[in-house]
Amino acid sequence: MAKRLDINDLNLYYNKFHAVQDVTLQVHARSVTAFIGPSGCGKSTVLRALNRMHEVIPGSRVEGSVLLDGENVYAPGVDPVQVRRTIGMVFQRANPFPTMSIRDNVVAGLKLAGVKDKKRLEEVTERSLRGANLWEEVKDRLNKPGGGLSGGQQQRLCIARAIAVQPDVLLMDEPCSALDPISTLAIEDLIAELKKDYTIVIVTHNMQQAARVSDQTAFFNLPEVGQPGQLVEIGETGKIFSNPSQKATEGYISGRFG
Amino acid sequence: MRTDTADLERPASAPAFQQLGLGRKIKNHTATVLFGLAFLVAVVPLLWVLFTLVQRGLAPMLNADWWNHSFYGLLPNDSGGGIYHALVGTLEQTFVCALIAVPLGVTVGIFLIEYGRNSKLARTTTFMVDILSGLPSIVAGLFIYALWITTFGFDRSGFAVSLSLVLLMLPVVVRVTETMLTIVPDELREASYALGVPKWKTIVKVVLPTSFSGIITGIILGLARVMGETAPLLILVGYSRAINYNLFDGPMASLSLTVYTARKTSTEAGEYRMWGAALTLVLLIMLINLLATLLSKLFAVKTR
Amino acid sequence: MTESTNSEWRSAPPGEAVTPPGEAGSTLVGGPEEPVSPEPPTPPEQPGGKKKVVRLGDRLFQGVATGSGIFVVSIIAAIGLFLLVRAIPALHANEANFLLSGQWRTGDPENMAFGIVDLAWITVASSLVALIIAMPVAGGIALFLTQYAPKVLARPFAYVVDLLAAVPSVIYGLWGALVLAPVLKPVALWINGTLGWIPIFADGNVPANSGSNVFTAGIVLAVMILPIITGVAREVFERTPSAQIEGALALGATKWEVVRTTVWPFGRSGFVGGAMLGLGRALGETVALTVILSYTFEGPHYSIFDAGATFASRIALGSAEFNNHLTVGAYIAAGLVLFISTFAVNALARWIESGSGKGKK
Repeated sequence: MAKRLDINDLNLYYNKFHAVQDVTLQVHARSVTAFIGPSGCGKSTVLRALNRMHEVIPGSRVEGSVLLDGENVYAPGVDPVQVRRTIGMVFQRANPFPTMSIRDNVVAGLKLAGVKDKKRLEEVTERSLRGANLWEEVKDRLNKPGGGLSGGQQQRLCIARAIAVQPDVLLMDEPCSALDPISTLAIEDLIAELKKDYTIVIVTHNMQQAARVSDQTAFFNLPEVGQPGQLVEIGETGKIFSNPSQKATEGYISGRFG
Repeated sequence: MRTDTADLERPASAPAFQQLGLGRKIKNHTATVLFGLAFLVAVVPLLWVLFTLVQRGLAPMLNADWWNHSFYGLLPNDSGGGIYHALVGTLEQTFVCALIAVPLGVTVGIFLIEYGRNSKLARTTTFMVDILSGLPSIVAGLFIYALWITTFGFDRSGFAVSLSLVLLMLPVVVRVTETMLTIVPDELREASYALGVPKWKTIVKVVLPTSFSGIITGIILGLARVMGETAPLLILVGYSRAINYNLFDGPMASLSLTVYTARKTSTEAGEYRMWGAALTLVLLIMLINLLATLLSKLFAVKTR
Repeated sequence: MTESTNSEWRSAPPGEAVTPPGEAGSTLVGGPEEPVSPEPPTPPEQPGGKKKVVRLGDRLFQGVATGSGIFVVSIIAAIGLFLLVRAIPALHANEANFLLSGQWRTGDPENMAFGIVDLAWITVASSLVALIIAMPVAGGIALFLTQYAPKVLARPFAYVVDLLAAVPSVIYGLWGALVLAPVLKPVALWINGTLGWIPIFADGNVPANSGSNVFTAGIVLAVMILPIITGVAREVFERTPSAQIEGALALGATKWEVVRTTVWPFGRSGFVGGAMLGLGRALGETVALTVILSYTFEGPHYSIFDAGATFASRIALGSAEFNNHLTVGAYIAAGLVLFISTFAVNALARWIESGSGKGKK
């Protein structure tokens, strides 16, 4: 299961625009790594590059390598579809498939990959929903559409959907930014549990959240408007928040900008 | 002194709300009335046409023979007969047209939104679809004549009609598919990709089902539109007063062609049949419009 | 954290290598080995790299989708080409001037004489009558539906107007010829009698009270193109930025002044584009005009009380003659002219429409 990620000299582009420059960092297995930084600094772009979602956007381009336990996801001959099966993703806004029931949403990844075994699908549904702390709330209405759940429930449904395919890594792109504080707390608790089994990378705007959930924190910044975003520093969360080695990090964390 | 008292009688300050000038008021009201009238002007011919159809076409439809007999063997002055032969033709021709136009049109729509976005080919295609939607139906008929009958050497047939109707229905299907696919949020596509689902499967299993309700409605409305076409039929198929189930052989009736042909029988019985066929055609089109509304409700994405 | 300090320690060489970020992709491939990666250096993803893995299903699906796009483009090309190829032999056999002659004798392939000038007149005249009537009405309806009608009623009202487009043209033909024409007779006689000194309202080649003339045809066409123009106009008027409308209202403008100063200037070119679409539809309308217009061998008097045939109705009337390639070719030549004109009008309409609301004050 959970694997480590080594990101080396990652450069990301949208057409001619150089979005992110020279990012090199490690994500440890079975831990939570938080990406923080001001808007537009490229942290989400880096996250999307980890499971090759970046290239979904027309005109985008990637240089550098992302190694999953030593295997480059950008090596020639690697199927991006396979990469995304191994590195799952949860998005900023909950996006359950509107035409599918709660059950079908959870097992969508398996079903679309051709798994037909009813018993197995049933097991995965329950295990994933339990894993996402949603089972008790929805077990009586699995056949109802996923769009009928509350925002926080929908987001947990999306997490259940992502872990149903048993990925090695789970990427979360500001998963709580559209949620109320109570739902946010539920998701944060869930992240703490999930890290026993998964390697998690989370992008967040909320520094308290980064401090609460993550083991290590990476701070990204824009040197100047129009220039590519850069990784300023990465370190243990406690150290980054109490004693950052870069001035920019300190400024951002103490709320002087961003 | 007079002026002083006048000053005293004047209010201390101007009224809070000044009255609009008379000219502005009149202009405003005139415009409102004119625009409302314009709408009424559009409603009048619609009601007038429908009234005429019901008034003159209802009587033949009330006869049971109307629905299961043809015009076969009727002399100009014979009353009776039925529209069955034309119903068969209309339904077969439009059905086969849909069989070709729907998959083709949906695929073009998928190309434009999912694959071609802003490519040169996509822009050219969009332009050509626009041109196709303005193509006169008679030109569509002539083209199929030049291709299918003159060049390939086939006979006139109901199938040739279906082919010409494809040209007229295609732009409708492409447009509605395009519009409905645009509405599907990119987040759903990304969610699917992130689960390791290939793009084509994402389109077939996630994107299309989400937009299905809108696409099916648009397709059925397009079908209703081509159902009333007459011009290409005049040059692509002969009229038959008998029932012909074979789309590939021999003359074949359809509702619109029956209306057009019955006009040449200038007897009372002929007019009777003409208006009957006309009302039948409009009722069929209305029925299909209704079906579209029902299906769109049925397939609408549910949240409860 | 060893690796990250490692990268800081080595920051000099890669930092230099990357200073021109635009060229990084090309220089890195053959450049010095990647210092940080524990694996052998891997070539970075190239923008046009052909090594990208694309699944068979994806490749097939994309191929089919792209192919269908190409197919649609080629249909239009094929229409032009086939019509042209079939028209040329007939044009060679033509004994009259195709562009300037008014006769239409195509029954005998050995002795054909045909030209389009009369067809062009009837086509253009009936379409223009339709446009002159339909434009103000459609504009009025669109403004009524978008600016005046209560929001609850706007949708059903719009649906009613759209229903006009659902009525088949053969039925408009019947209604026009058998119901509307008799009603219009006194109107036609009055116009002809009072305004007859203006050439366009003078006696046509059939009596003004016959009803089967351009005047009746134009009015029926106006009804038929009304939903097209209204639909486009409604769409552009609806797009008027509400900030502009509210700005005008805040200055104390009446509803009419709001419409005149914001909605109309914003949507004007879209409205004209819609009218052009309507014109394209009117030029190509066939069956309604075939039913309404009576055929006469007398040339036109260039009055709206003329009868005759349009391009489209001439072709429809000739369908009985479709028994040899040359005769058909003559009709196809007429169809080609119609195709080219509607192509031009539609292209113009799209061009005008696409400019609507852009760069406008």
